[in-house]
Amino acid sequence: MIRVQREDFDVGAELAKLAAGRTDIGGLASFIGLVRETTDAGDLTAMTLEHYPGMTEKRLGEIEAEAMRRWPLAGALIIHRYGRLLPGERIVLVATASLHRQAALESCQFLIDWLKTKAPFWKLEETAAGSQWVAARDADDHATARWRKP
Amino acid sequence: MKLLYFAWLRGKLGKSGEELTPPAYVTTVAELLDWLATVSPAHKAALADRRAVRVAVNQDYAGPEHPVRPGDEIALFPPVTGG
Repeated sequence: MIRVQREDFDVGAELAKLAAGRTDIGGLASFIGLVRETTDAGDLTAMTLEHYPGMTEKRLGEIEAEAMRRWPLAGALIIHRYGRLLPGERIVLVATASLHRQAALESCQFLIDWLKTKAPFWKLEETAAGSQWVAARDADDHATARWRKP
Repeated sequence: MKLLYFAWLRGKLGKSGEELTPPAYVTTVAELLDWLATVSPAHKAALADRRAVRVAVNQDYAGPEHPVRPGDEIALFPPVTGG
């Protein structure tokens, strides 16, 4: 399931919902991305996430479908926020559920790696020095390339 | 043709989008960007470094040879930085 929203989410409630009523889930993996204060340009005061309504949901849905194809998952959830966020706030939740832990853990990492380089979101960082759009990182591209099929 | 601009492209162009009618010889993404750079000094400045610009046609990522047609929704944005 995919959600792109301005408001915060309750991690415990979301994970409970993903597993509710199921008895075929042996492992539930999750990743939570937070706004960190430290940046290359100095201490962050806020971060604004911009997205492309329509395309963002579409790409996230495709990325989730790819994970479902590659791993035997009982369920998956991606919640990504947009708007102006302060240090310490939650940005993204990725959760995957499977019969066994390996599929859940691997697919969770796959989803966050792919999301970072394929989903249309852009980060604007605010520091004492002003506002600056975050440049894409080569390290993220490499993390995505790791999952490319031979 | 509906053009959409995101992140610093929106900032440089001073708008989040516009409706434009390119000349008939514009049939690919690359030709569209070449033409778009001639529309105004702001467009030229925004498209100065073409490698920094990504394009989506009707909400799918599109390379330079991808066709563009009247009525398409074309989005221009920098490489994505979500997560």
